[in-house]
Amino acid sequence: MPAREHILHKIRTALGRNAGQPPAPAPPPRLAFAPASPAELIRQAIDRFPGKAVRADSDQEARDYVASQINGSRAIASPAPLLDRLGILTLPGVAIAAGGPDQVQRACAESDIGITTAEYVLADTGALVTLAGVRESRLVSLLPPVHIAVAPADRILTGLEELFTLLPDPAALSSSLVLIAGPSRTADVEGVLTLGVHGPRELHLVLVQ
Amino acid sequence: MSAAFRQRIHSALADQQVQEALAAFAGRLMRERRSSVGQEEFPEYQELRAQANLIKRHTMENLDHYLEILCRKVEEHGGQVAWCRDAGEAQAFIGQLARERGVRLAVKSKSMTSEEIGLNEALEHYGVEATETDFGEFIVQLARERPFHIVAPALHKNRRQVAALLSEKLGVAQEEEIPKQTAIARGVLRKKFLEARMGISGANFLVAESGAVVIVENEGNARFTTSAPRIHVAVAGIEKVIPRAADLAVFLKLLGRSATGQPLTSYTSFLAGPRRPGEMDGPDEFFLVLLDNGRSRILADRDKRQTLYCIRCGACLNVCPVYRKIGGYSYPGTYSGPIGAILTPQLSGITYEPELPFASSLCGACAEVCPVKIDIPKILVELRSELRKAERRESRGGFGVQAAGWERIAFAVWAWLMRRPRLFELAGSAAQVLLPADRDGGWIRSLPGPLQAWTRWRDFPPPAAHSFRQLWRQQRRRRD
Repeated sequence: MPAREHILHKIRTALGRNAGQPPAPAPPPRLAFAPASPAELIRQAIDRFPGKAVRADSDQEARDYVASQINGSRAIASPAPLLDRLGILTLPGVAIAAGGPDQVQRACAESDIGITTAEYVLADTGALVTLAGVRESRLVSLLPPVHIAVAPADRILTGLEELFTLLPDPAALSSSLVLIAGPSRTADVEGVLTLGVHGPRELHLVLVQ
Repeated sequence: MSAAFRQRIHSALADQQVQEALAAFAGRLMRERRSSVGQEEFPEYQELRAQANLIKRHTMENLDHYLEILCRKVEEHGGQVAWCRDAGEAQAFIGQLARERGVRLAVKSKSMTSEEIGLNEALEHYGVEATETDFGEFIVQLARERPFHIVAPALHKNRRQVAALLSEKLGVAQEEEIPKQTAIARGVLRKKFLEARMGISGANFLVAESGAVVIVENEGNARFTTSAPRIHVAVAGIEKVIPRAADLAVFLKLLGRSATGQPLTSYTSFLAGPRRPGEMDGPDEFFLVLLDNGRSRILADRDKRQTLYCIRCGACLNVCPVYRKIGGYSYPGTYSGPIGAILTPQLSGITYEPELPFASSLCGACAEVCPVKIDIPKILVELRSELRKAERRESRGGFGVQAAGWERIAFAVWAWLMRRPRLFELAGSAAQVLLPADRDGGWIRSLPGPLQAWTRWRDFPPPAAHSFRQLWRQQRRRRD
């Protein structure tokens, strides 16, 4: 018997189930959340973001903040429409991630700052929700020692419950959804906290109107 | 108790450095968990535990159904599923895959399941170097040791030991500052990440309806492992499946807090299949290795099935008075602490290390902190009873866990006495008189005769001034 059939057979025998037998109804998912006003969501997200979060009232302000962070270092940005609209992709020192995975990886490995968008921000933990795609990379937010994320201020959700209400199946959208709730960190030796192990040691969030 | 088990325990107890590390860091993880699940910070904690238990129970009771959905979804997203009955099949699948794809170097993110199947050693035979990339795992791999703790693999090593190890194995100068040690590891591993053609990860959850692997971590090495190399292989036990992405709203909140006191760990990756057409990066191929290795056998036991609910947070280790003394290396098998004490006998057979289920005071701290509410003490008692039954079936001497002669006699006398109320009471009064007066704050420091063995390592509670039977009679009299 092939391994798949053998294992399934053993499981069914253990449980007293037959092949194709429908399961008992699953416990309903626990997705209730209390809605909050946009102003409250922005306040919480900025408060709880595990890095430096700023609110930009204009495109110019957002662009200026990113430019001040780049300040002569090498940055790589995902070719995301929001970053394009804000004029971030044409800032001096910014390279645009492009080409195949190998090229993107090489460019990321040589950069000091990675600039991406965040699909959503979670107000309860300040976590970023990032989705990989045609115009958003997995590695730009990981390899450079500094990560700057840009998100529209109306994309703040209360928490995981609201996220999974909006995206019941993230796999329908992307091969990769990553929640970023802090800098790369370890406390593996003597419980001493060290930042920037394999990923960024520094996080920034720019919320744009 | 096997001589090897006893030997490991004694050497852990005698190792001052290990004792200090356990007291400091297991204690710290314990306190961080406790303060993160307080009523104020996390009012829904108990409700979420109940829900997590319910979801795990439902999934285990319908496991074949969810595995079939998972498998179909993984394939829909362009991934492949390798069903493996045991460690050998999993090793062979990954080894042959690596050989066919010409992989010489694989990077690995922390996975207890891959430890369980001895994957790194097996890959060596296929000519593949597998490098652990979690900082703690990297340290124990360099030292050729195994993880000391489920979430903190190098908990037992201090900065001086790490400095010596990095210097010896990597040829760098002795560096005792921990951030600098981390930077050394980052540099070495960064090169490996960029070079490796295969990334091997575990999985904290498998989401059936999405065909997704969910990985929770703090360092970013799992993101690197699953995104940079051309091939991603995820190794997971069949019990890791949960029905829906929405269930993560429950599990992620419990896992981070129970493991390290974090409301959410730095990174949570939700990965479905390889890179899709047009996506900027990600692996070209994705394989899910679904491992049975004894799990379907555990499933067959209605009472002990809940062992499979475990989400490997390590909270039961941190609160366990036994783990906190004997540490991770005393336990046989891959999994240590209370969860190891119930998982190992069921995965490897109850006679593998027969004394293991007895290495517990049944204090219940593990059950109290378990985020999915596994009744570990109850399962320990059941395993003990099964072992005794198996011993009785053996014609000769059992498995070396034979209770001492006087212990059996003592229990026989006890049972006989319990059935004779008057005599029992008399014996109680006699004990009042006969117990030694050598007391420390009421506790008895040493008992006479063969009972000395008990008080050698513990104190004995003094008898109450009035027995329960006396109090009962007084109550009755007062009411009359």
